[in-house]
Amino acid sequence: MPMNEENKEFRPLIVAFCCNWCSYAGADLAGSSRLSYPADVKIIRVPCSGRVNPMFILRAFERGADGVIICGCHPGDCHYSTGNYYARRRMALLFSMLEYIGVENGRTRVEWCSAAEGAKFSKTMNEFCEKIQSLGENVRLGDLRCKN
Amino acid sequence: MQKIGVFVCHCGTNIAATVDVKKVVELVRYEPGVVFADDYMYMCSEAGQEKIIEAIKEYKLTGLVICSCSPRMHEKTFRACAEKAGLNPYMVEVANIREQCSWIHKDKEEATKKAVILARAAIAKVNLNTPLKEGESPVTKRALVIGGGIAGIQTALDIADAGYEVDIVEKEPSIGGRMSQFDKTFPTLDCASCILTPKMVEVNQHPNITLYTYSEVEKVSGYVGNFDVDIRKKARSVDADKCTGCGECSAKCPLGKIGNIPSEFDRGLRNRPAIYMPFAQAVPAVPVIDRANCTYFKTGKCGVCAKICPSKAVDYEQQDEIVTVKYGAIVVATGFDIINLDKFGEYAYNESPDVITSIELERLMNAAGPTGGHLERMSDHKQPKDIVFIQCVGSRCDSEEKGKPYCSKVCCMYTAKHAMLIKDHWPDTNITVFYIDVRTPGKNFDEFYRRAVEQYHVNYIKGQVGKVKPQPDGSLLVQAADLLDGKQINMKADMVVLAAAIEPNPGVRKIATMLTASIDNNNFLTEAHAKLRPVESPTAGIFLSGMAQGPKDIPETVSQAGAAAVKVIGLLAKDHLKTNPCTAQCDTLLCNGCSTCANVCPYGAITYDDVQVMDHGLRETRRVAQVNLALCQGCGACTSACPSGAMDLQGFSNRQITTEVDAICR
Repeated sequence: MPMNEENKEFRPLIVAFCCNWCSYAGADLAGSSRLSYPADVKIIRVPCSGRVNPMFILRAFERGADGVIICGCHPGDCHYSTGNYYARRRMALLFSMLEYIGVENGRTRVEWCSAAEGAKFSKTMNEFCEKIQSLGENVRLGDLRCKN
Repeated sequence: MQKIGVFVCHCGTNIAATVDVKKVVELVRYEPGVVFADDYMYMCSEAGQEKIIEAIKEYKLTGLVICSCSPRMHEKTFRACAEKAGLNPYMVEVANIREQCSWIHKDKEEATKKAVILARAAIAKVNLNTPLKEGESPVTKRALVIGGGIAGIQTALDIADAGYEVDIVEKEPSIGGRMSQFDKTFPTLDCASCILTPKMVEVNQHPNITLYTYSEVEKVSGYVGNFDVDIRKKARSVDADKCTGCGECSAKCPLGKIGNIPSEFDRGLRNRPAIYMPFAQAVPAVPVIDRANCTYFKTGKCGVCAKICPSKAVDYEQQDEIVTVKYGAIVVATGFDIINLDKFGEYAYNESPDVITSIELERLMNAAGPTGGHLERMSDHKQPKDIVFIQCVGSRCDSEEKGKPYCSKVCCMYTAKHAMLIKDHWPDTNITVFYIDVRTPGKNFDEFYRRAVEQYHVNYIKGQVGKVKPQPDGSLLVQAADLLDGKQINMKADMVVLAAAIEPNPGVRKIATMLTASIDNNNFLTEAHAKLRPVESPTAGIFLSGMAQGPKDIPETVSQAGAAAVKVIGLLAKDHLKTNPCTAQCDTLLCNGCSTCANVCPYGAITYDDVQVMDHGLRETRRVAQVNLALCQGCGACTSACPSGAMDLQGFSNRQITTEVDAICR
């Protein structure tokens, strides 16, 4: 049974890594267009999706995140030419490893969002939150010492 | 430990309406490192900045966290403010509690909680910030304009008049762009070529302008102030230095009469020879040989043009040439085209030669056009009596596969212009315009449209055309619905003119990718800020001019071209530019010289050096990565690729991002 049916109050903790040039600007556009998404999403600004070290994602899950999403520029549009291609490959590998150890694929996601796609950003975040809500709390990889 | 000051902005009610600002101040006051926290109505105002400066001095702050709007908006402002008070500008972090919090959340408690978390993450990050110093890079005082239409021409002239050198790269054999195809311009009915041709000549004769026509940008590297651009000068097969532009070759080319090569300039309404100038006033007045169609290039026989040329300028052996030029700034003025109408089968564009696009109508009405300016049907060369104009063909379209969601902006006006011009010449023509809305904002625009309705009695019907059916007698049956009285209309027409949607030039995507300039879903280039920086790309040193940025008419294009030129002049006037200090750094003790980072670096900024290191008391020589700070753009690709964790990015270090993750997940 999904976690949220037992516990209606469950609010996921979602970390979003957004590249400075496209998706962070897309998030800003979602904001200035007042396109809401749940407050569970907390954005960390990085220069490029290629800057997202797999260690950051593991750290987030270890510290209790229920979902992690990486947003970058559309393929071909990377401000640094190729960063998003590296991110895409790196994350494909990491996500399959995470699934192997029990962090479901739905908890991790890579999404391309341009600076003009405020609506897409908001839609993606709503969908992602819904997905995490249905998956419930992440129990794998959590640092047991951090739980109270 | 840093001494951090936290400043929470109300932004009027933009933030304060949904975030309890006072509560945020109370909750972050006891975060590690924070020695001072306060709130203010407008942090970016002069009084707000004064408050920050005072606090820096009074509490000897070493770090600042501003909880306000997006750092894309005011990070610069607050960094400058910190610098004024003697603090390193890179000791400032902005927590985005407006765009990413107050504006998207309704519940005050929830938004306040999130604002506190975002503030904590920024505080945790500032604790690990280090003062950074900007470097300097020289500026190449030369600009490149991609596209030689009216936008590119105006930008180049303005830059050149200010005393800087400009190169124009145009992929067609002549500059002039779309405007050179037009007959008249609205709302004054000036003749397009009468106002454009003098500018084209001026470009050609300007001592500061170099023209690369029939050329394309092949490769771009470098960064603001220091771009290296490879330009491919396609083989014209005519020596431009020898050619006098007499036109003998085009006149004698056997394919001119029998070749069936559609003229691109006349939108296929007439044929052209294989050696040709697009139009009589072409600049430069040097023909090109279309090698794909030329008999000599296909079979090795013919060679008439070479024999006939009085100045022996035809050169079949000419090769493409690639020149590399350095530029300080690049302006994209690639312009537009109209959409392909294959998906609009209901209008019978591909079936009947009497269904034409507006740009084809421009050619038909132009005195230099295929019919000498006499309006006639392409099927039987008779003058049309009943003409139907269909607006919004592909503009404001719900279906994304079929058309475009946006308004093409110029169609309402040019249709009114066409209707008036036709009525002026042939007053007994019946003209009907089917429209969704008539949009005429602009100086003297609505007056112009009303003249079409009131003086010229053009019949405007609000309604969409469902089908255009070619009839056996050669006429066209237009089936439409009048939306105002709900009636079906069946109308006979001799000619149907489609106001096809405008789209950015198809080549712009490739250029945007080369320039790493942002582009939106419709392939229009994105501005750095939609309102405040409308002619700059988010990529430094790239500027936007004309339709490449969005649909606009000629006066707007010319204004934007001038604005882009001013921005370029402002950049080229500087001798040095500050460089981004958020660059990669290599920890030589951890680096094992594996080359992984050098392979992923898009700028070739990483090289290897043998250095002496002391490891556990042993002195040894190791091959380690070295970052060239002038080339590094700070993307951080190397940092996540490095298997030993030796590479790190200043300003976005591994520790800083990890600590942000920790603060959010606390």
